[in-house]
Amino acid sequence: MSEIANIEELKRLAPPAELRRAPVIEGNQGLGWLTDKLSAFAEAKVPLWWWIAFLPAAFAATVIFPVCLFYQVFTGVGVWGNNHPDMWGWDIVNFIWWVGVAHAGTLISAMLFLTRQHWRTTIGRMAEAMTVFSVAMAGLYPAIHVGRAWFDWFMFPIPNSNGNWPQFKSPLMWDVFAVNTYLMVSSLFWFMGMIPDFAVLRDRSKTRVRRAIFSFLAMGWTGSAWQWHNYEKAYVVLCGLCTLLVFTVSSIVGLDFCTAQIAGWHATIFPLYFVLGAVFCGFGMMLLLLISLRKLCHLENIITLSHIETVAKLTLVSGLLIDYVYAMEFFVAWYSGDPYERWVFSHRLFGHTYMAFGCVMYGVNIGVTQLLWFKKVRQNLKLLFIIGLLINLGMWTERFVIVVGSLYQDFLPANWGKYVPTRWDVGLYIGTLGAFFMLYLLFVKFLPVIAISEVKGATPQGDPHHPLGGAPKGGH
Amino acid sequence: MSEKVYGLMAEFDSPGAVLRAAQAVRGAGYRRWDVFTPFPIHGLDQVMGYKNSLVGWVSLALGAGAFLSVVGLLWYCNAFDYPLIVGGKPMFSPPMTFVPAYILMIMGAAFGALLGMLAINQLPRLHHPLLFKPRFELATHDKFILVIGANDLKFCATETRKLLEAIGGVNVDIVEDRE
Repeated sequence: MSEIANIEELKRLAPPAELRRAPVIEGNQGLGWLTDKLSAFAEAKVPLWWWIAFLPAAFAATVIFPVCLFYQVFTGVGVWGNNHPDMWGWDIVNFIWWVGVAHAGTLISAMLFLTRQHWRTTIGRMAEAMTVFSVAMAGLYPAIHVGRAWFDWFMFPIPNSNGNWPQFKSPLMWDVFAVNTYLMVSSLFWFMGMIPDFAVLRDRSKTRVRRAIFSFLAMGWTGSAWQWHNYEKAYVVLCGLCTLLVFTVSSIVGLDFCTAQIAGWHATIFPLYFVLGAVFCGFGMMLLLLISLRKLCHLENIITLSHIETVAKLTLVSGLLIDYVYAMEFFVAWYSGDPYERWVFSHRLFGHTYMAFGCVMYGVNIGVTQLLWFKKVRQNLKLLFIIGLLINLGMWTERFVIVVGSLYQDFLPANWGKYVPTRWDVGLYIGTLGAFFMLYLLFVKFLPVIAISEVKGATPQGDPHHPLGGAPKGGH
Repeated sequence: MSEKVYGLMAEFDSPGAVLRAAQAVRGAGYRRWDVFTPFPIHGLDQVMGYKNSLVGWVSLALGAGAFLSVVGLLWYCNAFDYPLIVGGKPMFSPPMTFVPAYILMIMGAAFGALLGMLAINQLPRLHHPLLFKPRFELATHDKFILVIGANDLKFCATETRKLLEAIGGVNVDIVEDRE
């Protein structure tokens, strides 16, 4: 058998064990096996765990969410805890949190593509889906935070009988465009990546309905060399554009803060701060999703331990960057000599009202992150799952500290106040979480959750210059 | 059979094999042929003789168009149609337009990339003669399929079949055009 001879030769040519990279796929048995394995979950019967996770998420998304939404829209922003001086509360905290979750998804799928990280093929699609759904959740908050949601169209330059236009000199206006563009472009990117995989599911479909749906979505994709040629170009262009978005969207959210005069917000580091925080938080969410889906969908061979370890390493890197920003923030507050800045920053850790939040924020984002230095921790899935949860909590707290912690004590003590969220704040947050997980579970069940064609191309069997891919013996 | 012939298809087992087959078909002087693969194959573009894809230019055109249109829109809204003094700033200045224009440039370029890709690939299309062949479904699974079109000047049902078999193609089969 020539294939066995090829494998023998491969073993002879391979570098020594300590220099070898972990394979992208473990226990790979060829391209057909991979296709079967990767499409199995979308084609199999709905498992029990899926219903157990889906029903509460769907309840939150279809009952709690609309109730909180409609009550707030019909009554007014006053149903939330937002009140003078804390005009921004959980709505903005959650907005930034959701945008943040989105960013790591784009970073994984777009930036790691541009840097040719083959392991990214196995988790890219999950990351993109995370981006699309969390941006959708994020976009909702500013739309209802404006108070009169039926006037949201004022934010777009639409000719109207009043003859007026949006005021484009404000970063809040830029935010409208940034978030909408992010949602649109990440959806396009997600959809385009799935076109070849829709064709895979179309060709495997057993029922007429399934075939009709996936034929429609695949749009007649045949996988010809000409189609791939243009597809690859479009993909790399979209990756470049999405990479720009990683740095742009959170920067603009950061500009909303740093152009304000409030102590604790008015700092030039904010755009960068928000980008790094977003990526860090998103990696936390990515760890949660990867570890649970890997186990539940039986993808241990595809999303290998080495991939999860790499995500953990990236989490550590982004965590260290955010820790550096914290240090700079404190340094600048001290170095500025501004008594208000110093007041705000000393009250983050030693204040009377929200110091617990500051302690959680610094404890998790600086303390817990350091655990990821250890290989034993990075390979312990249970521990990583808990760390992922804690990072999400820590980063949510960070946004709370930034928004509320800076607002509640401004320049005049007569202005000081407290912020306490109401049940409608909590309900809406639970609703968005439910909607996110509901959409994510639907995606996992019905769409190709792993980029089938990309993974196949990243294996030795898919490389025409590799002996396993049919290259002639003795090199090319 | 009254149906016209679309071409001849042959299956290959590995990307390396189909790459060599493509080189052989090109060497034999065929011009209207294509390779259908489950994923893009490194080096196939050169064998097929494809130049740089136009998608990048479509994307650039739509991106640049979006950038300039937004600069124009902002000038029209805030400096021409309804001039409004905000914080004593000038009615129009390039920095104020940069962020929205840049963001919408990304949106335009992204649409350009997707729509350009679809347009150049002539998608979406509801019908393709190859999609009627049951064996063609393997082109998204683990097989690599080379098709020589009947509209090629060198196409000859027997000679072309011989060539495809000689270069290692299996299950060589006629594809009917059901247009």
